Amino acid sequence: MIISRLVAGRSPLVRLGFLVVGLVVAFGLPWFIYPPVALDIAAWALFAVALDLLLGYTGLLSFGHAAFWGSSAYATGVVAVETGLPFYVAVLAGAVVAALVAVPVALLSVRRTGIYFAMVTLAFAQLIYFVANRWRSMTGGENGLQGIPRELFGADLSDSFYFYYAAIPLILLGLFGAWRVAHSPFGRVLVAIRENPARARALGYPVDRYKVQVFVISAFLAGIAGGVYAIGHGFASLQEVYWTTSGKVVVMNILGGMGTLWGPVLGAGVIVVLEDYLATAGIDAIGIVTGAIFVVTVLVFRRGIWGTARHLLRGRGRTGDPPPAAVRAPAEENVKEPEPH
Amino acid sequence: MNTELVQQLFNGLVSGSFYAMLALGLSVIFGMLGVVNFAHGAFYMVGAIGAFVLLDTVGMSWWLALLVVPVVLGIVGMVLERLLVARLVRLDPLYNFLLTFGIALILQDVVRLKYGVASQPYPRPALLDGSMSLGLFDYPKYQVFVLVFSIVLSVLVWLVLTRTRVGVIVRASTERPELTRSLGIDVRRWVTPVFGFGIALAGLAGVLAAPMRAVNSGMGGDLVIVIFAVVVIGGLGSVFGSVAAGYLVGMLSAIGSVYVPALSQSLVFILMALVLLLRPAGLFGRDEGVRV
Repeated sequence: MIISRLVAGRSPLVRLGFLVVGLVVAFGLPWFIYPPVALDIAAWALFAVALDLLLGYTGLLSFGHAAFWGSSAYATGVVAVETGLPFYVAVLAGAVVAALVAVPVALLSVRRTGIYFAMVTLAFAQLIYFVANRWRSMTGGENGLQGIPRELFGADLSDSFYFYYAAIPLILLGLFGAWRVAHSPFGRVLVAIRENPARARALGYPVDRYKVQVFVISAFLAGIAGGVYAIGHGFASLQEVYWTTSGKVVVMNILGGMGTLWGPVLGAGVIVVLEDYLATAGIDAIGIVTGAIFVVTVLVFRRGIWGTARHLLRGRGRTGDPPPAAVRAPAEENVKEPEPH
Repeated sequence: MNTELVQQLFNGLVSGSFYAMLALGLSVIFGMLGVVNFAHGAFYMVGAIGAFVLLDTVGMSWWLALLVVPVVLGIVGMVLERLLVARLVRLDPLYNFLLTFGIALILQDVVRLKYGVASQPYPRPALLDGSMSLGLFDYPKYQVFVLVFSIVLSVLVWLVLTRTRVGVIVRASTERPELTRSLGIDVRRWVTPVFGFGIALAGLAGVLAAPMRAVNSGMGGDLVIVIFAVVVIGGLGSVFGSVAAGYLVGMLSAIGSVYVPALSQSLVFILMALVLLLRPAGLFGRDEGVRV
């Protein structure tokens, strides 16, 4: 009973408990895990949560989020290299660039819904990839952008253990921002749009404007994550804007459980630790493993880790526990309307 | 029009042949199942690698591979549809998109582990080696063959869809599944063969690509994204639109590589942005899937 109340996360006290556990994990992580890996987990967690605002809450599958993570990684790197300002400023600048890139992409992409939205965002991300590849003077092309400094008021952050603690406030701020968005009136409208776009529109909500807004917010948060990642690694490469990166953040969402915020964080942790394990064990088959996770999760585990736990532990008496958004056919996209003759 | 431009247009038509064949398969599958097959590029790659393996191990000629590889991949496609894709067809199409994405990653990685990332050599068939005169300029025979082959193939598919009973059923099932069913036609029966046919087309394009493109595990990954842009431009589900957009994008990229070389790879995505802006359903698409 206690556990079920815990996972269901209903009472404020339980929520507070989650928060405390989350913070303890966030601050304790580099004591248990190799600090650079801990930083990767934190950055990818924020990236995955940023995507969850779109995928889980608004029901929009962006398959091109690498564009924002990556353009911020480059922009953050360029600002850090050229100005030598504290890396907080560089990351913020990178996130702003990511949001600016997202504006035209969002305005065009929301003209299509459902599966088309995924294809279109993927295609725009590939455009960004080609631009990054071509713009050698800015991005370093295939060599990447190297030698990004970890500058913070002259503090010695060369040890990744200390850098983790310098960077984690940015990540936590980003996660807090996502949580605020999801639990605001704005966030409730997003869920309404996910559930039934036609009804949301009929109620007078400018659906497309909401979609563009959450897309840009999501890109901004993905930008913070990408910027921290670039500073942490000291370089930004084409990998950051490639479609496999977009796919990786999607798999974190579906594995962890989309639409839950905590789920994508878990998903990010699992995937990053798994990749690290495979790399250190010398198993060079990350595509097969990621692909298999995709296939298995989609076939038999669509609620994801968090969603399944919550579903199992919530009392059976409660009816109307909604399955994840995409399990049901959204009203607008899938029903083929008879065409007028 | 100068000779060089005409030659570039011709180059564009040849690369457009591949876009058209791949977009055609993608579009037919989407029409019948509502599934966007992310693994389409991976099956194209498997088709090319398959031709290479058959040549390398049993010395199978390219001509025979052109027949064998699509048939085998068509069967693989049908098994895939029965085993996995069919389970998710009733859910949101995003799930099959993600499923086929996973399959694409697996196929690509398996081939990479076996054959590395370096390109495998594949000789042109002797009959199509060398070049021929096209009046204004000489052009490699093989490329001419690819172009003619793809046009004939597209026309054949078009004729099958419009002039035969099978085609009528497939089109009816695509456009009005409920009504078709109520007329006593078993729509389900056609789903699996159509999926297999689309995969076979991707494999066929791969075999055609083997003698003129770099044959490696990564050859389909970026390509499938271009194909997505092509079908968004042409109108997904519109067979004619996909093929026409394929050739159009091929020519656009070829001309772009002369006048704006820095942008040649990006032009297809810029064109897609313009189409979304001006005609969101695609150049030849119906209004399905466009917001109301």
